[in-house]
Amino acid sequence: MTFIVPIGPQHPALKEPEFFKFEIKGEEIVDIDIRFGYVHRGIEEALQRRDYKHDVYLIERICGICNVVHTTNYCQAIEQLAGVEPPERAKYIRVIILELERIHSHLLWLGIAAHQIGFNTLFMLAWRDRERVMDLRELISGNRVTSATNTIGGVRRDVKTEQVPTILRGLDALERSTKYYIDLFNSDRTILARCTNVGILTKDDARKLCAVGPLARASGVDTDIRRDHPYAIYDKLSFNVITEREGDVWAKSIVRLREILESIQIVRQAVKKMPIGPIRIKVDLNIPRNEAIERTEAPRGELFYYALSNGTDRPERVHVRTPTCANVASIKRMFLGGTVAEIPIVIWSIDPCFACNDRVSLVDSHTGKTFNLSLKELRKWRH
Amino acid sequence: MGLIRLCRRKSPWLLHFNTGGCAGCDIELVAALTPRYDVERFGIQLRGSPRHADILVVTGPITRQAKDRIIRIYEQMPEPKAVIAIGSCPASGSVYHDCYNVVWPLDKHVPVSAYVPGCPPKPEAIIHGILKVLEKV
Ligand code: SF4
Repeated sequence: MTFIVPIGPQHPALKEPEFFKFEIKGEEIVDIDIRFGYVHRGIEEALQRRDYKHDVYLIERICGICNVVHTTNYCQAIEQLAGVEPPERAKYIRVIILELERIHSHLLWLGIAAHQIGFNTLFMLAWRDRERVMDLRELISGNRVTSATNTIGGVRRDVKTEQVPTILRGLDALERSTKYYIDLFNSDRTILARCTNVGILTKDDARKLCAVGPLARASGVDTDIRRDHPYAIYDKLSFNVITEREGDVWAKSIVRLREILESIQIVRQAVKKMPIGPIRIKVDLNIPRNEAIERTEAPRGELFYYALSNGTDRPERVHVRTPTCANVASIKRMFLGGTVAEIPIVIWSIDPCFACNDRVSLVDSHTGKTFNLSLKELRKWRH
Repeated sequence: MGLIRLCRRKSPWLLHFNTGGCAGCDIELVAALTPRYDVERFGIQLRGSPRHADILVVTGPITRQAKDRIIRIYEQMPEPKAVIAIGSCPASGSVYHDCYNVVWPLDKHVPVSAYVPGCPPKPEAIIHGILKVLEKV
């Protein structure tokens, strides 16, 4: 006898509402269905009605967590359309805020993942350390979340020399705590028990289902847009692309944690090598007909933009494909054969840009009886 | 009655619902729960179910899909209840004000006790908003 377990769409623990329907047989998950669209606002259509400059602020609010990578990608696409190059110093500043964003996003992920496996102490610790990154972001851009630093033709705020020692001190503290978390993931029994051999995505499946970002790298697919298709000044910095072979939740966590260390190295190098010079150039925004494709590596994977101009100060079309969209296809493969208790952590292991699985109802498909479970009760679900 | 009022003031439980915002406000709300800001010292906790909650915290510009749900959640909450709108989105639509799929403002759909403006507001501002509502209880 199979049960249907719908998860969502209401009561997000954190972010956007989505809807998952799990079909379970006893404890085993036999099928899964996903429905999108609860947060559809009509952004791509609104982008066509505004001019290029205004679009930056709308683009920034596609996703609050990875707003810098969205604006960087958009600005690079428009710069490509207009055929201009931002000044060197602007590119360095972009990389600094991009990498700080990756650190904040991965720490946020770590905290919520710990919460999903019932390890609330780690949740609080990770978010405590995340505040250090937020401080650095506030120092550089003047705002904690939406930085509004990028603009077409460069950046709007400079990194001052007085700020550099503070940034380096912050990074040192972050490096210490990240190393501690890596140790924890290698040794803590609770984490190992909940994360190893759970939600496995094999290398073959990751390739076939076009997984991107840390999800693909945790399955052994060696891909990173920062290295394969360098933008800004990533080609002048040295960093490693982290991969693991296992493909389970543990591998996905370790990939993200080790990426934090790489990001710290990147920021250190960027701060040191930053040349003196202007931070933005003037761009004529009546862009003749042209089209551009731009890719960047967001914290969650490859972010893709397509832009088409038509001779006016408004774009004809801007299309955005976010990494979560690419990764959702892999969810099914990761769940099949798994158990109900794994649902929260496996959903979260792709670092989806939604977290609305607070409410679960189990429907007995024979009697039609429904009973509700909150995500909290689900977390406590034991065989 | 005095005792019940005291208890309500000392343990306001929150229910958070994102109606289609960019998640910027949501992470700031969660940040308010964590050690640096620590709203738990006021007895404030985030709950998963509307039936446990005293205060509904709404973020986002209310998409058409989310509208019915926000009304349903509000109706499921026990009295007395309050609604706080976090960020510019539920108040004025923020950057999405002219998108075709949003139906801001929030007070057209449910009564709102407090607005916390900002895009996103800092955790301090969110705490201030919650405390303002508590003063009214
Ligand atoms: S108010 Fe701003 S930060 Fe908050 S959800 Fe709306 S757009 Fe995002």
